[in-house]
Amino acid sequence: MGVGGLSWKIGGGAGYGIMTTGFIFSKVCSRAGLHVFDHIEYPSLIRGGHNTYQVIAKVEEVFSHLKKVDLLVALNRETIDRHEDELVLGGAILYDGDKISLIEEDLGRKDVRLYNVPLLRLAEESGGRRIMMNSVALGASVALIGFDFARISSVMRDVFQGKARDTIDFNIKAAKLGYDYVKCKAIEKDFRRELPEVDGKKRMLLTGNEAVGLGAVKAGCKFYSAYPMTPSSSILHFMAAQERSFGMVVKHTEDEIAAINMAIGAGFAGARAMTATSGGGFSLMSEALGLAAITETPIVVVVCQRPGPSTGLPTRTEQGDLKFILHASQGDFPRFVIAPGDVEECFYRTIEAFNLAEKYQCPVILLLDKYLSESHKTAEKFEVSEIKIERGSLLNDEELEKIGEFKRYEFTETGISPRAIPSQEGGIFTATGNEHDETGYLSEDKTVRTRMMDKRFRKFEQAKKEVPEPELFGPQDAEVTIIAWGSTKGPIKEAIRLLAHDEIRTNFLQIVYLNPFPADIISRTIDTSKKTVVVENNKTAQLANLIREKTGKEVEHKILKYDGRQFFPTEICQMIREVMYNG
Amino acid sequence: MVELADLKTVGQPNWCPGCGNFPIWHSLKKAIVELNLKTHNVAIFSGIGCSSKMPHWVNTYGFHSIHGRPLPIATGARLANNSLTVVAVGGDGDGYGIGVGHFVHAMRRNLNIAYIVTNNQVYGLTTGQTSPTSDKGYATKSTPTGVIEMPINPIALAIASGATYISRGFSKEMKHLTKLIVDGVRHNGFALVDVLQPCVTFNRKNTYKWFSERVYKLEETNHDTTNKQAAFLKSLEWNDHIPIGLFYKEIRPTYEDELQQIAETPLARQKIEDINIGTLMTEFE
Repeated sequence: MGVGGLSWKIGGGAGYGIMTTGFIFSKVCSRAGLHVFDHIEYPSLIRGGHNTYQVIAKVEEVFSHLKKVDLLVALNRETIDRHEDELVLGGAILYDGDKISLIEEDLGRKDVRLYNVPLLRLAEESGGRRIMMNSVALGASVALIGFDFARISSVMRDVFQGKARDTIDFNIKAAKLGYDYVKCKAIEKDFRRELPEVDGKKRMLLTGNEAVGLGAVKAGCKFYSAYPMTPSSSILHFMAAQERSFGMVVKHTEDEIAAINMAIGAGFAGARAMTATSGGGFSLMSEALGLAAITETPIVVVVCQRPGPSTGLPTRTEQGDLKFILHASQGDFPRFVIAPGDVEECFYRTIEAFNLAEKYQCPVILLLDKYLSESHKTAEKFEVSEIKIERGSLLNDEELEKIGEFKRYEFTETGISPRAIPSQEGGIFTATGNEHDETGYLSEDKTVRTRMMDKRFRKFEQAKKEVPEPELFGPQDAEVTIIAWGSTKGPIKEAIRLLAHDEIRTNFLQIVYLNPFPADIISRTIDTSKKTVVVENNKTAQLANLIREKTGKEVEHKILKYDGRQFFPTEICQMIREVMYNG
Repeated sequence: MVELADLKTVGQPNWCPGCGNFPIWHSLKKAIVELNLKTHNVAIFSGIGCSSKMPHWVNTYGFHSIHGRPLPIATGARLANNSLTVVAVGGDGDGYGIGVGHFVHAMRRNLNIAYIVTNNQVYGLTTGQTSPTSDKGYATKSTPTGVIEMPINPIALAIASGATYISRGFSKEMKHLTKLIVDGVRHNGFALVDVLQPCVTFNRKNTYKWFSERVYKLEETNHDTTNKQAAFLKSLEWNDHIPIGLFYKEIRPTYEDELQQIAETPLARQKIEDINIGTLMTEFE
């Protein structure tokens, strides 16, 4: 990784405490003032299997996980077998020689340094349980990168807050034994990858889901209903933890159908409401999505994608639901589909989602995926001074009194009708999933039907003017232009950095708003670019298909991956080179 | 004072002449008058089916939603504004068929919702198929050789699921039904009013006459409405003798009562500008 950076990976079976250990290491690096990106991979089970937690820590900003590993912490043999080829030249494996017999010949390469640390023995010495091998390994890792031990103990105290005192003390002791072991044997001098501590700037370390949750709280989300489903569940956990301090009602419902319908009920009653799920749950929500549209009830739906079809790969990542989300539910109706690409966008776009939902009285879908939902990234504290709460044409009691005859679905120039909520005098109406007239009363009249459809779509004409244009990263005169959406943003940004070393000028048009779709700018970009390529984490190039549908233009090259894993920046680089030289 | 005239809307029900929904509709309106509720503080939620059109014909806030989902929508609205009087209405197909999962969960939550089920034991709007409460053996378009499974027993299900006001009315007994609705709305908790509602077009068995020969009022017996076991035994009576009236009632804190965050101000009336997330962001450092 070079000066001032480290790629660290810990691996072991589920139940080894991999997630906690990884998160503590991540936080230790973040608190030292480094930029961090971390990435977890785990199968869908609670015990056994193979889990990994990778932490990339750097002095400069880091946008994604990386293929190469500097230090591999192996809590079992499988970790070595699976990941040794990821080690950089001169990389190291930290392992327990009492449990794993490992000699240089096993690896078929001579450059790898082997650090035998008796993890299990030290865990037992600490007085804690055998599982505290993970904390011993953590202590040893922190010693290897040259940080003070105090960094671990303070993070451990925060992360284990609320746990039994013994648990905290034993873990700290176990970490200290691991730390001291490395120092005593002076292993860190051999490893020579000390990380600088660039204290000063305090950053947050959070996942996309947590950023969505923070955004929802800030946006005044008052009602959150959801059914657990990986990888969306951590939004439920976050919201539930904030329920009382921020005056929200958070409901774990009986199923996803109830989740979205409750949110619709709350939105109808005037509370800002959100639900989140993954593709399977969203399938169940589809019918109600149309109900929100025809009743013009504001709701925000977060879809954290994972690979399908059906249960698919429940804990892995994919961008396979774009077309589904754009078209889900019967009939034509406008919906916003917003795909944030990093934690900052998760925060700001969530707030925007709530504003758009109320201004345009329609469903807004935020589209994430497991990679974005569950990876932590360091971020500056979000700038909140400019944030506005826009409730559109929601009338207050005085306005409602003045309006005279209130028509909830009044035909207006913008298509946006005045909105009242139950308990407001003079605002009585019945919302209905059936077609209806301006008052909300049932109507199958052909003129009313046509005008009502036009009215709903007219709102979207208005919305198109407000939605921000996609951003172009990198030089204007690039040799290759990447068009992509969602979580691939991070790996693409890293790839562009790497390609610049090879003097391949690449730029990147990030599509955040998939609906309304920025057809004009994409069309212009395709016309003016030397070579265009989509990078998508799905089988069928769903964005490229959408571009063709909306612009009539074919994106020349498609870089696709659909093995349930996110692109490594180096993979993108390699494929871009192929496009350059063979395309 | 709210009067019946205040509850009139632009439209008129389009049910079949003689439909058992008419008396239920009248009873609901009479109950609102008797309770003297402000029309803008009442919200009526329904699903899909003949009876689910009812909100359009009562001048309160209403939500005529999708099949089987009135309870979750009513739940969201009630939690968003716990100052509202929330009534849900729908048929047996809506509540005991496609929506039965929500029915059970709404009851165990003991939300303060009054749920009127217009139970005609047949699918009307889809022109006469079997319903979850059709009697065993009853032949319909979808079961030409007769229904094989046992019918759902909504009263027994409600007792098992923890509803705190469980009653059954009969369309023909409007005064009796109105009282059940009034008491059900007044009850602080989940109130079920299952209504025997003859479908004059598609149910040739469970007719006004059939019910009239069988129903009797629990109030006229020595039934103890605080005794869950007695209520369960009564719930099992069908065919020869069919009890109507209040089966069971208990006082238990509602779901809303346990939420301190809405004790003072309903969510929908809470201020959402300038929410301070400074401390929350610091927790991520």
